[in-house]
Amino acid sequence: MSFLEVDGVTKRFGSLVAVENVSLKIEKGELRAIIGPNGAGKTTFFNLISGLFAPTSGAIRFDGEDITQLGAASRVHRGMARTFQITDIFPELSAFENLRIAVEVAAGYRLRTWLSRHEAARVTERADELLELVGMRSKADRLVGELAHGDQRAIEIALALALNPKILLLDEPTAGMGDQETYEITTLMRRLHRDHSFTIVLIEHDMRVVFHLADRITVLDQGRLLADGAPQEIAASAAVQAAYLGEAA
Amino acid sequence: MTSTTVAGTAKRSGERSWLPLIAIWVVLLTAPFWLPLIGGYTSLAGRVLVFGLAAIGFNLLLGFTGVMSFGHAAYFGLGAYGAGLTLKFVAASTPLAMLAGTLLGGIAGTLFGLLIVRRRGVYFAMVTIAFGQVWYYIAYSWNDFTGGFDGLRGFQRMPIHLGPWVLDITGTGPTFYYFLLACFGFAVALMGLLLRSPFGRTLLAIRENERRARFLGIPIERHIWLSFSISCFFTAFAGTLYALLNNFADPLGLHYSLSGDFVIMTVMGGMRTFWGPLLGAAVFVILQDYISSQTTNWMSFIGLLFVLVVLFFPRGLLGFLQQRRQA
Repeated sequence: MSFLEVDGVTKRFGSLVAVENVSLKIEKGELRAIIGPNGAGKTTFFNLISGLFAPTSGAIRFDGEDITQLGAASRVHRGMARTFQITDIFPELSAFENLRIAVEVAAGYRLRTWLSRHEAARVTERADELLELVGMRSKADRLVGELAHGDQRAIEIALALALNPKILLLDEPTAGMGDQETYEITTLMRRLHRDHSFTIVLIEHDMRVVFHLADRITVLDQGRLLADGAPQEIAASAAVQAAYLGEAA
Repeated sequence: MTSTTVAGTAKRSGERSWLPLIAIWVVLLTAPFWLPLIGGYTSLAGRVLVFGLAAIGFNLLLGFTGVMSFGHAAYFGLGAYGAGLTLKFVAASTPLAMLAGTLLGGIAGTLFGLLIVRRRGVYFAMVTIAFGQVWYYIAYSWNDFTGGFDGLRGFQRMPIHLGPWVLDITGTGPTFYYFLLACFGFAVALMGLLLRSPFGRTLLAIRENERRARFLGIPIERHIWLSFSISCFFTAFAGTLYALLNNFADPLGLHYSLSGDFVIMTVMGGMRTFWGPLLGAAVFVILQDYISSQTTNWMSFIGLLFVLVVLFFPRGLLGFLQQRRQA
């Protein structure tokens, strides 16, 4: 059994079928990119996996357990963490405070009204470690709302990592970024994947990023699964080219 | 960094300035001495403490969880009636009355909170008003038990026995003021610890970004419910002190217009600051006292001031002062 299995998932909003009968399997340690033209249902598909809403039909299994009916918070506890297309952080708190909240929740302290000196020191240490990991240690005391877009994205990824996830779902992490920022985030993702062997699922528009990083690529088009394979297979696929060129024409 | 910023701009612990905190406590501790010199009186300072505490309790929900309630007068009033009814019908014991009133208001809020935590924004605020008014009409209509429109009379605060010592708080002098101040200090210390704890920080997370908080694995509804409940306990505790201060419980203490006053105090003083609601309550109570001796139309002046503060100091009076210190 694969690490994450999506089995014939469909999502309808009224008469609109946003995702139709999509299946895929993702293995542990894999970096999977999901691509497709605008409106292909990529984000809806992500929302189904992460539990923002439940599918109309189909099943989702994660780490050997059926999670189809579980809410977002329960999926987080089972090791699923995600970021959003529009950067999702705590803007009026400092970078350190952002991470401290995530670390405390991950440590199971969310209802605690006090921490021992030892526990507080461990929380601080872990928050600093995560800031270091995403290269934000020097900006620990800055308000996150005032940071550059790429830095905010790095903080958001660190928030997800604070949960010690088994799988990381990233929705267009380079959206709206310039070349330099895109390069930094891409480097960060590759480091997390290669050096820390995180399983990562990534929605991405920037094909340089996709072909640079992905082990396998899944292509969605109009809510349906169009292709699924290694990067060179996808690059050579006539159906994929038609979908992209068809959109451009 | 000031000790009064719990949220937002505070850096890591250890670099707080204790100066504002010391200043606040010096002012509060010496109030009975300087207040008469400028035309005030001690029970006016008592009112500031009581309303300040109610507003600080309310602000846990508004300022630190980001959820608006327009019904907190209900829990304030239930605290007052709970204390008054206990003194009148159960036992002439001040501590028992305070305990009973706090439990009555707090538990009512806790149970009601269960029903409404899934509502958000305007809907949440509307339901809190509606529920608050229920208690107002009960107190208003149940003449025999609550005294109806005239309010509950026929009880008074009793001396407190502490082993061999007796603390006589029945007079109008400074003793009762210091008793109120001790209760106030105890409650705000608890609130301060709560806000600096991991639980308090989950509330900030919900205020800042509810969706992110949910995807960190915080059960949002449960935490908002806890915040609402704790906030009601604090406000009810302030309500019991109000009954002791006046030896009287008033159905207007349950009315939604008082809920609106709590909002005005909190927003005017600075809802993102810990002490802002106390400052707002001081401005409100003192202006009310002064202007209402000149005209019955005092609320229009306070309303005007509120509008000006919101327009020109959107972070409230204390929020504005803090920003200037940091700039």
